[in-house]
Amino acid sequence: MTAIRFSNVGKRYPNGHDALVGLDFTLESGELAFLTGHSGAGKSTLLKLIMLMERPSRGGVWVGDRDLTKLPRKQIPFHRREIGVVFQNHQLLFDRSVFDNVALPLQISGYDPVDAARRVRAALDKVGLLSREKLNPITLSSGEQQRVGIARAIVHKPKLLLADEPTGNLDPELSEDIMHLFEQFNRIGTTVLIASHDLSLINRLQHRVLSLQAGRLVSDGY
Amino acid sequence: MATERKSPQSQTKGRMPPRGAVQHRVGVADRLRGWLRHHYEVAAQALVRLWSTPLASLMTLAVLAIALALPGFIFTALKNVEQLTAGLDTDPHISLYLDVSLSDERVDSFSRELLLRDDLISVELISRDKGLADFKAYTRFDDLLDFFDSNPLPAVITLIPGTEEPDQLQQLQQELAALPEVEEARLDLEWVRRLGAFMALAERGAWVLGGLLSLTVLLVVGNTVRMTIESRRDEILVSKMVGATDAWVRRPFLYSGIWFGAFGALLAWLLAQLALALISEPVQALAALYLNGYVVQGLGPTESLTLLLIGILLGLGGAWIAVGRHLRDMEPG
Repeated sequence: MTAIRFSNVGKRYPNGHDALVGLDFTLESGELAFLTGHSGAGKSTLLKLIMLMERPSRGGVWVGDRDLTKLPRKQIPFHRREIGVVFQNHQLLFDRSVFDNVALPLQISGYDPVDAARRVRAALDKVGLLSREKLNPITLSSGEQQRVGIARAIVHKPKLLLADEPTGNLDPELSEDIMHLFEQFNRIGTTVLIASHDLSLINRLQHRVLSLQAGRLVSDGY
Repeated sequence: MATERKSPQSQTKGRMPPRGAVQHRVGVADRLRGWLRHHYEVAAQALVRLWSTPLASLMTLAVLAIALALPGFIFTALKNVEQLTAGLDTDPHISLYLDVSLSDERVDSFSRELLLRDDLISVELISRDKGLADFKAYTRFDDLLDFFDSNPLPAVITLIPGTEEPDQLQQLQQELAALPEVEEARLDLEWVRRLGAFMALAERGAWVLGGLLSLTVLLVVGNTVRMTIESRRDEILVSKMVGATDAWVRRPFLYSGIWFGAFGALLAWLLAQLALALISEPVQALAALYLNGYVVQGLGPTESLTLLLIGILLGLGGAWIAVGRHLRDMEPG
Protein backbone atom coordinates (compact mmCIF):
# COMPACT_ATOMS: atom_id res chain seq x y z
CA MET A 1 0.00 0.00 0.00
CA THR A 2 1.11 3.55 -0.68
CA ALA A 3 1.82 5.73 2.34
CA ILE A 4 2.62 8.98 0.51
CA ARG A 5 2.23 9.87 -3.16
CA PHE A 6 3.24 13.16 -4.80
CA SER A 7 2.07 13.65 -8.36
CA ASN A 8 3.52 16.55 -10.35
CA VAL A 9 3.44 18.74 -7.26
CA GLY A 10 4.42 22.41 -7.50
CA LYS A 11 4.44 24.95 -4.74
CA ARG A 12 4.84 28.62 -5.51
CA TYR A 13 4.76 31.14 -2.68
CA PRO A 14 2.95 34.48 -3.10
CA ASN A 15 6.32 36.23 -3.54
CA GLY A 16 6.88 34.19 -6.72
CA HIS A 17 9.43 31.80 -5.24
CA ASP A 18 9.06 28.23 -6.50
CA ALA A 19 9.69 26.01 -3.49
CA LEU A 20 8.80 22.76 -5.28
CA VAL A 21 8.64 22.02 -9.00
CA GLY A 22 7.13 18.97 -10.75
CA LEU A 23 7.64 16.64 -7.82
CA ASP A 24 6.80 12.95 -8.39
CA PHE A 25 7.50 10.19 -5.89
CA THR A 26 5.85 7.44 -3.90
CA LEU A 27 6.64 6.18 -0.43
CA GLU A 28 5.34 2.71 0.28
CA SER A 29 3.79 1.75 3.58
CA GLY A 30 6.47 0.51 6.00
CA GLU A 31 9.33 2.28 4.22
CA LEU A 32 11.97 4.49 5.80
CA ALA A 33 13.36 7.24 3.59
CA PHE A 34 15.58 10.26 4.00
CA LEU A 35 14.83 13.56 2.36
CA THR A 36 17.94 15.57 1.74
CA GLY A 37 19.17 18.73 0.08
CA HIS A 38 20.58 22.13 0.99
CA SER A 39 18.58 24.44 3.15
CA GLY A 40 16.00 26.08 0.91
CA ALA A 41 15.85 23.04 -1.40
CA GLY A 42 12.22 22.44 -0.40
CA LYS A 43 12.49 19.75 2.30
CA SER A 44 10.38 21.62 4.85
CA THR A 45 7.83 22.64 2.23
CA LEU A 46 7.41 19.00 1.22
CA LEU A 47 6.74 17.98 4.83
CA LYS A 48 4.37 20.91 5.29
CA LEU A 49 2.33 19.73 2.30
CA ILE A 50 1.93 16.31 3.93
CA MET A 51 0.83 17.95 7.20
CA LEU A 52 -1.45 20.34 5.32
CA MET A 53 0.34 23.29 6.84
CA GLU A 54 0.58 24.37 3.21
CA ARG A 55 -1.48 23.52 0.13
CA PRO A 56 0.20 22.73 -3.19
CA SER A 57 -0.11 25.25 -6.03
CA ARG A 58 -0.48 22.41 -8.50
CA GLY A 59 -0.48 18.62 -8.64
CA GLY A 60 -1.81 16.16 -6.08
CA VAL A 61 -0.70 14.82 -2.71
CA TRP A 62 -2.09 11.57 -1.30
CA VAL A 63 -1.53 10.22 2.20
CA GLY A 64 -2.72 6.60 2.28
CA ASP A 65 -5.79 6.76 0.03
CA ARG A 66 -6.66 10.30 1.12
CA ASP A 67 -6.46 13.02 -1.55
CA LEU A 68 -5.18 16.00 0.40
CA THR A 69 -6.09 18.50 -2.30
CA LYS A 70 -9.75 17.61 -1.73
CA LEU A 71 -9.61 17.61 2.08
CA PRO A 72 -11.75 20.42 3.55
CA ARG A 73 -10.23 22.69 6.18
CA LYS A 74 -12.41 21.20 8.93
CA GLN A 75 -10.90 17.76 8.35
CA ILE A 76 -7.30 18.93 8.70
CA PRO A 77 -7.07 18.30 12.48
CA PHE A 78 -8.22 14.70 12.02
CA HIS A 79 -5.68 14.21 9.23
CA ARG A 80 -2.90 15.51 11.49
CA ARG A 81 -3.92 13.13 14.27
CA GLU A 82 -2.89 10.22 12.06
CA ILE A 83 0.63 11.55 11.57
CA GLY A 84 3.48 11.99 14.03
CA VAL A 85 5.84 14.92 13.54
CA VAL A 86 9.26 15.67 15.01
CA PHE A 87 10.71 19.16 14.63
CA GLN A 88 14.26 20.40 14.71
CA ASN A 89 13.38 22.89 17.45
CA HIS A 90 11.24 20.13 19.05
CA GLN A 91 8.44 22.64 19.94
CA LEU A 92 8.01 21.53 23.53
CA LEU A 93 5.90 23.55 25.94
CA PHE A 94 7.89 24.72 28.94
CA ASP A 95 4.85 25.52 31.07
CA ARG A 96 4.23 21.84 31.80
CA SER A 97 6.01 18.59 32.60
CA VAL A 98 7.56 16.11 30.17
CA PHE A 99 4.59 13.83 30.83
CA ASP A 100 2.04 16.52 29.94
CA ASN A 101 3.94 17.44 26.78
CA VAL A 102 3.81 13.87 25.55
CA ALA A 103 0.17 13.50 26.64
CA LEU A 104 -1.01 16.50 24.60
CA PRO A 105 -1.91 14.62 21.36
CA LEU A 106 -3.84 12.01 23.36
CA GLN A 107 -5.69 14.72 25.29
CA ILE A 108 -6.64 16.37 22.03
CA SER A 109 -7.89 13.10 20.55
CA GLY A 110 -9.97 12.47 23.66
CA TYR A 111 -8.25 9.44 25.19
CA ASP A 112 -9.31 8.24 28.60
CA PRO A 113 -6.75 9.66 31.09
CA VAL A 114 -5.84 6.25 32.53
CA ASP A 115 -5.32 4.79 29.07
CA ALA A 116 -3.42 7.92 28.04
CA ALA A 117 -1.09 7.73 31.05
CA ARG A 118 -0.22 4.15 30.15
CA ARG A 119 0.55 5.13 26.56
CA VAL A 120 2.57 8.19 27.60
CA ARG A 121 4.74 6.03 29.89
CA ALA A 122 5.17 3.45 27.13
CA ALA A 123 6.31 6.17 24.72
CA LEU A 124 8.69 7.70 27.27
CA ASP A 125 10.05 4.24 28.00
CA LYS A 126 10.76 3.70 24.29
CA VAL A 127 12.87 6.86 24.13
CA GLY A 128 14.51 6.07 27.49
CA LEU A 129 13.07 8.97 29.46
CA LEU A 130 10.60 7.26 31.76
CA SER A 131 12.42 8.56 34.83
CA ARG A 132 12.10 12.16 33.62
CA GLU A 133 8.33 12.32 33.25
CA LYS A 134 7.78 14.79 36.10
CA LEU A 135 10.51 17.23 35.08
CA ASN A 136 10.01 20.39 33.10
CA PRO A 137 11.53 19.81 29.65
CA ILE A 138 13.55 23.03 30.02
CA THR A 139 15.77 21.23 32.55
CA LEU A 140 16.68 18.49 30.04
CA SER A 141 19.63 18.39 27.63
CA SER A 142 18.92 19.11 23.96
CA GLY A 143 19.25 15.41 23.09
CA GLU A 144 16.73 14.53 25.79
CA GLN A 145 14.40 17.32 24.66
CA GLN A 146 14.49 15.92 21.14
CA ARG A 147 13.60 12.50 22.49
CA VAL A 148 10.62 14.00 24.35
CA GLY A 149 9.57 15.46 21.00
CA ILE A 150 9.85 11.99 19.44
CA ALA A 151 7.85 10.43 22.27
CA ARG A 152 5.11 13.00 21.62
CA ALA A 153 5.19 12.19 17.91
CA ILE A 154 4.76 8.42 18.42
CA VAL A 155 2.58 8.30 21.54
CA HIS A 156 -0.60 7.73 19.51
CA LYS A 157 1.14 5.12 17.30
CA PRO A 158 0.82 6.93 13.97
CA LYS A 159 1.20 4.95 10.76
CA LEU A 160 3.28 7.78 9.35
CA LEU A 161 6.12 9.54 11.15
CA LEU A 162 7.70 12.72 9.75
CA ALA A 163 10.84 14.36 11.07
CA ASP A 164 12.23 17.74 10.05
CA GLU A 165 15.98 17.94 10.82
CA PRO A 166 15.55 15.89 14.01
CA THR A 167 19.32 15.84 14.64
CA GLY A 168 20.02 19.43 13.63
CA ASN A 169 21.17 20.58 17.04
CA LEU A 170 22.79 17.37 18.23
CA ASP A 171 26.35 16.05 18.27
CA PRO A 172 27.13 13.03 15.98
CA GLU A 173 26.79 10.40 18.68
CA LEU A 174 23.39 11.64 19.87
CA SER A 175 22.31 12.04 16.25
CA GLU A 176 23.02 8.40 15.55
CA ASP A 177 21.04 7.37 18.66
CA ILE A 178 18.07 9.37 17.45
CA MET A 179 18.28 7.81 13.96
CA HIS A 180 18.41 4.31 15.45
CA LEU A 181 15.26 5.20 17.37
CA PHE A 182 13.53 6.00 14.08
CA GLU A 183 14.78 2.70 12.65
CA GLN A 184 13.18 0.91 15.61
CA PHE A 185 9.82 2.48 14.90
CA ASN A 186 10.19 1.59 11.24
CA ARG A 187 10.93 -2.03 12.16
CA ILE A 188 7.49 -2.35 13.80
CA GLY A 189 5.81 -1.08 10.63
CA THR A 190 5.72 2.71 10.87
CA THR A 191 6.40 4.57 7.62
CA VAL A 192 9.14 7.12 8.33
CA LEU A 193 10.25 10.14 6.31
CA ILE A 194 13.19 12.11 7.71
CA ALA A 195 14.38 15.42 6.30
CA SER A 196 18.06 15.87 7.08
CA HIS A 197 21.18 17.39 5.56
CA ASP A 198 23.54 15.25 7.65
CA LEU A 199 24.86 13.33 4.62
CA SER A 200 27.57 11.33 6.37
CA LEU A 201 25.06 9.95 8.83
CA ILE A 202 22.51 9.25 6.09
CA ASN A 203 25.09 7.37 4.01
CA ARG A 204 26.09 5.20 6.96
CA LEU A 205 22.48 4.17 7.59
CA GLN A 206 21.82 2.96 4.03
CA HIS A 207 18.15 3.69 3.48
CA ARG A 208 16.32 5.16 0.54
CA VAL A 209 17.34 8.80 -0.06
CA LEU A 210 15.32 11.44 -1.92
CA SER A 211 17.49 14.42 -2.88
CA LEU A 212 16.00 17.80 -3.58
CA GLN A 213 17.73 20.64 -5.35
CA ALA A 214 16.01 23.98 -5.87
CA GLY A 215 12.63 22.34 -5.43
CA ARG A 216 13.24 19.46 -7.89
CA LEU A 217 13.82 15.80 -7.11
CA VAL A 218 17.35 15.14 -8.47
CA SER A 219 17.95 11.62 -7.20
CA ASP A 220 16.00 8.80 -5.58
CA GLY A 221 17.78 5.62 -4.55
CA TYR A 222 19.85 3.77 -2.00
CA MET B 1 20.75 -4.12 -2.28
CA ALA B 2 17.55 -2.35 -3.13
CA THR B 3 15.51 -5.52 -2.71
CA GLU B 4 17.17 -6.13 0.63
CA ARG B 5 16.18 -2.69 1.87
CA LYS B 6 12.61 -3.17 0.76
CA SER B 7 12.32 -6.44 2.61
CA PRO B 8 10.57 -5.13 5.74
CA GLN B 9 7.81 -3.76 3.58
CA SER B 10 7.50 -6.83 1.34
CA GLN B 11 7.33 -9.03 4.44
CA THR B 12 4.23 -7.20 5.60
CA LYS B 13 2.38 -7.95 2.38
CA GLY B 14 -0.27 -10.61 2.70
CA ARG B 15 0.03 -10.68 6.46
CA MET B 16 -1.68 -8.94 9.33
CA PRO B 17 -0.22 -5.46 9.59
CA PRO B 18 2.46 -5.26 12.26
CA ARG B 19 0.93 -4.72 15.67
CA GLY B 20 3.02 -1.68 16.51
CA ALA B 21 1.85 0.35 13.56
CA VAL B 22 -1.87 -0.13 14.03
CA GLN B 23 -3.04 3.26 15.06
CA HIS B 24 -5.32 3.29 18.04
CA ARG B 25 -8.79 4.57 17.23
CA VAL B 26 -10.86 6.42 19.77
CA GLY B 27 -14.47 5.23 19.93
CA VAL B 28 -17.49 7.53 19.89
CA ALA B 29 -18.33 6.99 23.57
CA ASP B 30 -14.72 7.66 24.54
CA ARG B 31 -14.75 10.76 22.39
CA LEU B 32 -17.91 12.07 24.07
CA ARG B 33 -16.45 11.36 27.49
CA GLY B 34 -13.24 13.06 26.42
CA TRP B 35 -15.22 16.04 25.16
CA LEU B 36 -17.07 16.43 28.45
CA ARG B 37 -13.84 15.92 30.40
CA HIS B 38 -12.15 18.60 28.33
CA HIS B 39 -14.97 21.05 29.05
CA TYR B 40 -14.66 20.38 32.75
CA GLU B 41 -10.86 20.55 32.80
CA VAL B 42 -10.71 23.66 30.68
CA ALA B 43 -13.33 25.42 32.83
CA ALA B 44 -11.33 24.59 35.96
CA GLN B 45 -8.04 25.65 34.35
CA ALA B 46 -9.53 28.94 33.16
CA LEU B 47 -10.67 29.60 36.73
CA VAL B 48 -7.22 28.81 38.12
CA ARG B 49 -5.64 31.04 35.48
CA LEU B 50 -7.97 33.88 36.51
CA TRP B 51 -6.73 33.69 40.09
CA SER B 52 -3.11 33.17 39.14
CA THR B 53 -2.92 36.89 38.33
CA PRO B 54 -5.19 38.18 41.09
CA LEU B 55 -4.45 41.89 40.76
CA ALA B 56 -4.90 42.11 36.99
CA SER B 57 -8.01 39.94 37.16
CA LEU B 58 -9.52 42.00 39.97
CA MET B 59 -8.95 45.23 38.06
CA THR B 60 -10.68 43.79 35.01
CA LEU B 61 -13.49 42.43 37.16
CA ALA B 62 -13.91 45.83 38.84
CA VAL B 63 -14.39 47.50 35.45
CA LEU B 64 -16.89 44.81 34.42
CA ALA B 65 -18.70 45.07 37.77
CA ILE B 66 -19.15 48.82 37.49
CA ALA B 67 -20.30 48.57 33.89
CA LEU B 68 -22.87 45.92 34.86
CA ALA B 69 -23.87 47.47 38.21
CA LEU B 70 -24.88 50.85 36.78
CA PRO B 71 -27.70 49.55 34.55
CA GLY B 72 -28.68 47.09 37.28
CA PHE B 73 -28.94 49.93 39.77
CA ILE B 74 -30.86 52.21 37.42
CA PHE B 75 -33.37 49.54 36.41
CA THR B 76 -33.96 48.67 40.04
CA ALA B 77 -34.45 52.34 40.91
CA LEU B 78 -36.97 52.65 38.07
CA LYS B 79 -38.76 49.56 39.29
CA ASN B 80 -39.04 51.22 42.69
CA VAL B 81 -40.44 54.44 41.26
CA GLU B 82 -42.98 52.44 39.27
CA GLN B 83 -43.96 50.53 42.37
CA LEU B 84 -44.27 53.81 44.26
CA THR B 85 -46.52 55.44 41.68
CA ALA B 86 -48.59 52.29 41.32
CA GLY B 87 -49.49 52.67 44.99
CA LEU B 88 -50.64 56.24 44.43
CA ASP B 89 -54.19 57.11 43.45
CA THR B 90 -53.52 58.04 39.87
CA ASP B 91 -57.16 58.04 38.77
CA PRO B 92 -57.80 61.31 36.98
CA HIS B 93 -60.01 63.71 38.95
CA ILE B 94 -62.19 66.55 37.75
CA SER B 95 -62.78 69.32 40.23
CA LEU B 96 -65.84 71.53 39.64
CA TYR B 97 -65.70 74.97 41.25
CA LEU B 98 -69.30 76.11 41.44
CA ASP B 99 -70.72 79.59 41.09
CA VAL B 100 -70.49 81.35 44.51
CA SER B 101 -73.93 82.87 44.05
CA LEU B 102 -75.64 79.45 44.05
CA SER B 103 -77.68 78.66 47.14
CA ASP B 104 -76.68 75.68 49.28
CA GLU B 105 -79.88 73.91 48.23
CA ARG B 106 -79.12 74.38 44.55
CA VAL B 107 -75.57 73.11 45.08
CA ASP B 108 -76.93 70.06 46.83
CA SER B 109 -79.45 69.30 44.10
CA PHE B 110 -76.81 69.89 41.40
CA SER B 111 -74.50 67.33 42.98
CA ARG B 112 -77.42 64.87 43.09
CA GLU B 113 -78.03 65.45 39.40
CA LEU B 114 -74.39 64.61 38.72
CA LEU B 115 -74.76 61.39 40.70
CA LEU B 116 -77.31 60.23 38.15
CA ARG B 117 -74.82 60.45 35.30
CA ASP B 118 -73.38 57.07 34.40
CA ASP B 119 -70.09 58.43 33.04
CA LEU B 120 -69.01 59.34 36.60
CA ILE B 121 -67.80 56.85 39.16
CA SER B 122 -67.94 59.04 42.21
CA VAL B 123 -69.20 62.47 43.11
CA GLU B 124 -68.04 64.14 46.30
CA LEU B 125 -69.42 67.48 47.41
CA ILE B 126 -67.35 69.85 49.51
CA SER B 127 -69.83 72.50 50.60
CA ARG B 128 -68.80 76.11 51.17
CA ASP B 129 -68.95 75.66 54.94
CA LYS B 130 -66.92 72.43 54.81
CA GLY B 131 -64.37 74.17 52.55
CA LEU B 132 -64.06 77.01 55.01
CA ALA B 133 -63.58 74.62 57.95
CA ASP B 134 -60.94 72.65 56.03
CA PHE B 135 -59.17 75.81 55.03
CA LYS B 136 -59.05 76.92 58.64
CA ALA B 137 -57.91 73.55 59.86
CA TYR B 138 -55.17 72.83 57.28
CA THR B 139 -53.70 76.25 56.50
CA ARG B 140 -52.19 79.00 58.59
CA PHE B 141 -53.90 81.69 56.56
CA ASP B 142 -57.21 81.62 58.40
CA ASP B 143 -56.56 85.30 59.39
CA LEU B 144 -57.05 86.15 55.75
CA LEU B 145 -60.70 85.21 55.96
CA ASP B 146 -61.29 88.05 58.38
CA PHE B 147 -60.88 90.44 55.49
CA PHE B 148 -64.00 89.02 53.82
CA ASP B 149 -67.52 89.82 54.88
CA SER B 150 -68.80 86.45 53.80
CA ASN B 151 -67.31 83.05 52.94
CA PRO B 152 -65.30 83.61 49.72
CA LEU B 153 -64.81 79.92 48.98
CA PRO B 154 -66.92 78.26 46.34
CA ALA B 155 -68.51 74.87 46.76
CA VAL B 156 -66.39 72.20 45.10
CA ILE B 157 -67.47 68.90 43.62
CA THR B 158 -64.72 66.32 43.09
CA LEU B 159 -65.53 63.77 40.40
CA ILE B 160 -63.89 60.52 39.34
CA PRO B 161 -64.85 59.92 35.70
CA GLY B 162 -65.58 56.45 34.41
CA THR B 163 -62.93 56.75 31.68
CA GLU B 164 -59.16 57.19 31.76
CA GLU B 165 -58.82 58.11 28.10
CA PRO B 166 -57.26 61.60 27.89
CA ASP B 167 -59.46 62.63 24.93
CA GLN B 168 -62.69 61.55 26.58
CA LEU B 169 -61.62 63.17 29.84
CA GLN B 170 -60.96 66.43 28.07
CA GLN B 171 -64.33 66.23 26.38
CA LEU B 172 -66.07 65.55 29.69
CA GLN B 173 -64.24 68.43 31.31
CA GLN B 174 -65.40 70.83 28.57
CA GLU B 175 -68.95 69.54 28.80
CA LEU B 176 -69.05 70.07 32.56
CA ALA B 177 -67.40 73.50 32.31
CA ALA B 178 -70.23 74.59 30.00
CA LEU B 179 -72.90 73.91 32.66
CA PRO B 180 -74.33 77.19 34.06
CA GLU B 181 -73.72 76.15 37.69
CA VAL B 182 -70.03 75.56 37.05
CA GLU B 183 -67.55 78.40 37.31
CA GLU B 184 -64.51 76.32 36.44
CA ALA B 185 -63.83 72.63 35.75
CA ARG B 186 -60.27 71.49 36.30
CA LEU B 187 -58.91 68.19 35.10
CA ASP B 188 -56.14 66.90 37.40
CA LEU B 189 -54.42 64.84 34.78
CA GLU B 190 -51.29 66.77 33.97
CA TRP B 191 -49.03 65.49 36.72
CA VAL B 192 -49.87 61.84 35.97
CA ARG B 193 -49.04 62.47 32.37
CA ARG B 194 -45.79 64.20 33.20
CA LEU B 195 -44.76 61.39 35.53
CA GLY B 196 -45.53 58.87 32.80
CA ALA B 197 -43.49 60.80 30.26
CA PHE B 198 -40.61 61.16 32.69
CA MET B 199 -40.65 57.45 33.45
CA ALA B 200 -40.64 56.58 29.75
CA LEU B 201 -37.70 58.91 29.20
CA ALA B 202 -35.79 57.49 32.17
CA GLU B 203 -36.42 53.95 30.96
CA ARG B 204 -35.26 54.79 27.44
CA GLY B 205 -32.16 56.44 28.89
CA ALA B 206 -31.48 53.36 31.01
CA TRP B 207 -31.65 51.14 27.93
CA VAL B 208 -29.25 53.36 26.00
CA LEU B 209 -26.85 53.46 28.94
CA GLY B 210 -27.24 49.71 29.40
CA GLY B 211 -26.42 49.17 25.73
CA LEU B 212 -23.31 51.31 25.88
CA LEU B 213 -22.09 49.66 29.07
CA SER B 214 -22.75 46.19 27.59
CA LEU B 215 -20.51 47.20 24.72
CA THR B 216 -17.89 48.15 27.31
CA VAL B 217 -18.13 44.69 28.86
CA LEU B 218 -17.75 43.05 25.44
CA LEU B 219 -14.68 45.12 24.63
CA VAL B 220 -13.02 44.70 28.03
CA VAL B 221 -13.48 40.91 28.01
CA GLY B 222 -12.47 40.75 24.35
CA ASN B 223 -9.27 42.64 24.96
CA THR B 224 -8.36 40.63 28.06
CA VAL B 225 -8.94 37.36 26.22
CA ARG B 226 -6.96 38.59 23.21
CA MET B 227 -3.96 39.19 25.47
CA THR B 228 -4.34 35.71 26.97
CA ILE B 229 -4.36 34.26 23.46
CA GLU B 230 -1.13 36.10 22.59
CA SER B 231 0.57 34.78 25.71
CA ARG B 232 -0.37 31.21 24.82
CA ARG B 233 0.60 31.36 21.18
CA ASP B 234 3.12 28.47 21.37
CA GLU B 235 0.63 26.19 23.00
CA ILE B 236 -1.97 26.98 20.34
CA LEU B 237 0.45 26.29 17.48
CA VAL B 238 1.69 23.00 18.94
CA SER B 239 -1.87 21.89 19.68
CA LYS B 240 -2.98 22.61 16.11
CA MET B 241 0.11 20.75 14.89
CA VAL B 242 -0.89 17.58 16.69
CA GLY B 243 -4.49 17.74 15.52
CA ALA B 244 -6.44 20.12 17.75
CA THR B 245 -9.67 21.36 16.19
CA ASP B 246 -10.58 25.05 16.24
CA ALA B 247 -13.23 24.31 18.86
CA TRP B 248 -10.66 22.60 21.12
CA VAL B 249 -8.29 25.54 20.86
CA ARG B 250 -11.09 28.06 21.35
CA ARG B 251 -12.59 26.41 24.42
CA PRO B 252 -10.25 27.64 27.21
CA PHE B 253 -10.61 31.23 26.05
CA LEU B 254 -14.39 31.02 25.91
CA TYR B 255 -14.39 29.72 29.47
CA SER B 256 -12.16 32.63 30.51
CA GLY B 257 -14.79 34.96 29.06
CA ILE B 258 -17.57 33.13 30.88
CA TRP B 259 -15.76 33.38 34.21
CA PHE B 260 -15.01 37.06 33.72
CA GLY B 261 -18.67 37.68 32.91
CA ALA B 262 -19.97 35.61 35.82
CA PHE B 263 -17.67 37.09 38.46
CA GLY B 264 -18.17 40.57 37.03
CA ALA B 265 -21.94 40.08 37.39
CA LEU B 266 -21.58 38.80 40.96
CA LEU B 267 -19.51 41.83 41.91
CA ALA B 268 -21.99 44.06 40.09
CA TRP B 269 -24.81 42.51 42.10
CA LEU B 270 -22.99 43.32 45.33
CA LEU B 271 -22.34 46.89 44.17
CA ALA B 272 -25.94 47.47 43.14
CA GLN B 273 -27.32 46.05 46.41
CA LEU B 274 -24.86 48.20 48.35
CA ALA B 275 -25.88 51.32 46.44
CA LEU B 276 -29.58 50.55 46.99
CA ALA B 277 -28.96 49.99 50.69
CA LEU B 278 -27.18 53.34 50.89
CA ILE B 279 -30.07 55.29 49.36
CA SER B 280 -32.75 53.16 50.99
CA GLU B 281 -32.97 55.20 54.21
CA PRO B 282 -33.45 58.69 52.69
CA VAL B 283 -35.86 57.25 50.12
CA GLN B 284 -37.83 55.58 52.87
CA ALA B 285 -37.95 58.86 54.81
CA LEU B 286 -39.13 60.66 51.70
CA ALA B 287 -41.71 58.03 50.88
CA ALA B 288 -43.06 58.11 54.42
CA LEU B 289 -44.18 61.71 53.79
CA TYR B 290 -46.49 60.53 51.03
CA LEU B 291 -47.14 56.87 51.62
CA ASN B 292 -47.03 54.63 54.61
CA GLY B 293 -45.38 51.26 54.59
CA TYR B 294 -43.30 51.76 51.45
CA VAL B 295 -40.12 49.62 51.41
CA VAL B 296 -37.27 50.06 48.90
CA GLN B 297 -36.97 46.93 46.75
CA GLY B 298 -33.53 45.44 46.05
CA LEU B 299 -32.70 43.09 43.16
CA GLY B 300 -35.06 40.16 43.47
CA PRO B 301 -34.20 36.58 42.42
CA THR B 302 -35.33 37.14 38.82
CA GLU B 303 -33.36 40.36 38.43
CA SER B 304 -30.28 38.79 40.05
CA LEU B 305 -30.40 35.78 37.73
CA THR B 306 -30.93 38.05 34.73
CA LEU B 307 -27.90 40.10 35.72
CA LEU B 308 -25.80 36.94 36.06
CA LEU B 309 -27.03 35.61 32.72
CA ILE B 310 -26.35 38.91 30.96
CA GLY B 311 -22.86 38.97 32.50
CA ILE B 312 -22.11 35.43 31.33
CA LEU B 313 -23.47 36.04 27.83
CA LEU B 314 -21.51 39.28 27.44
CA GLY B 315 -18.33 37.59 28.71
CA LEU B 316 -18.81 34.69 26.31
CA GLY B 317 -19.60 37.11 23.47
CA GLY B 318 -16.53 39.22 24.14
CA ALA B 319 -14.31 36.14 24.23
CA TRP B 320 -15.92 34.81 21.05
CA ILE B 321 -15.18 38.04 19.20
CA ALA B 322 -11.54 38.00 20.35
CA VAL B 323 -11.09 34.32 19.57
CA GLY B 324 -12.87 34.26 16.21
CA ARG B 325 -10.42 35.95 13.90
CA HIS B 326 -7.36 35.64 16.05
CA LEU B 327 -7.24 31.85 16.18
CA ARG B 328 -7.91 31.39 12.50
CA ASP B 329 -4.86 33.50 11.77
CA MET B 330 -2.72 31.39 14.06
CA GLU B 331 -1.70 28.48 11.88
CA PRO B 332 1.46 26.48 12.33
CA GLY B 333 4.00 26.81 9.57
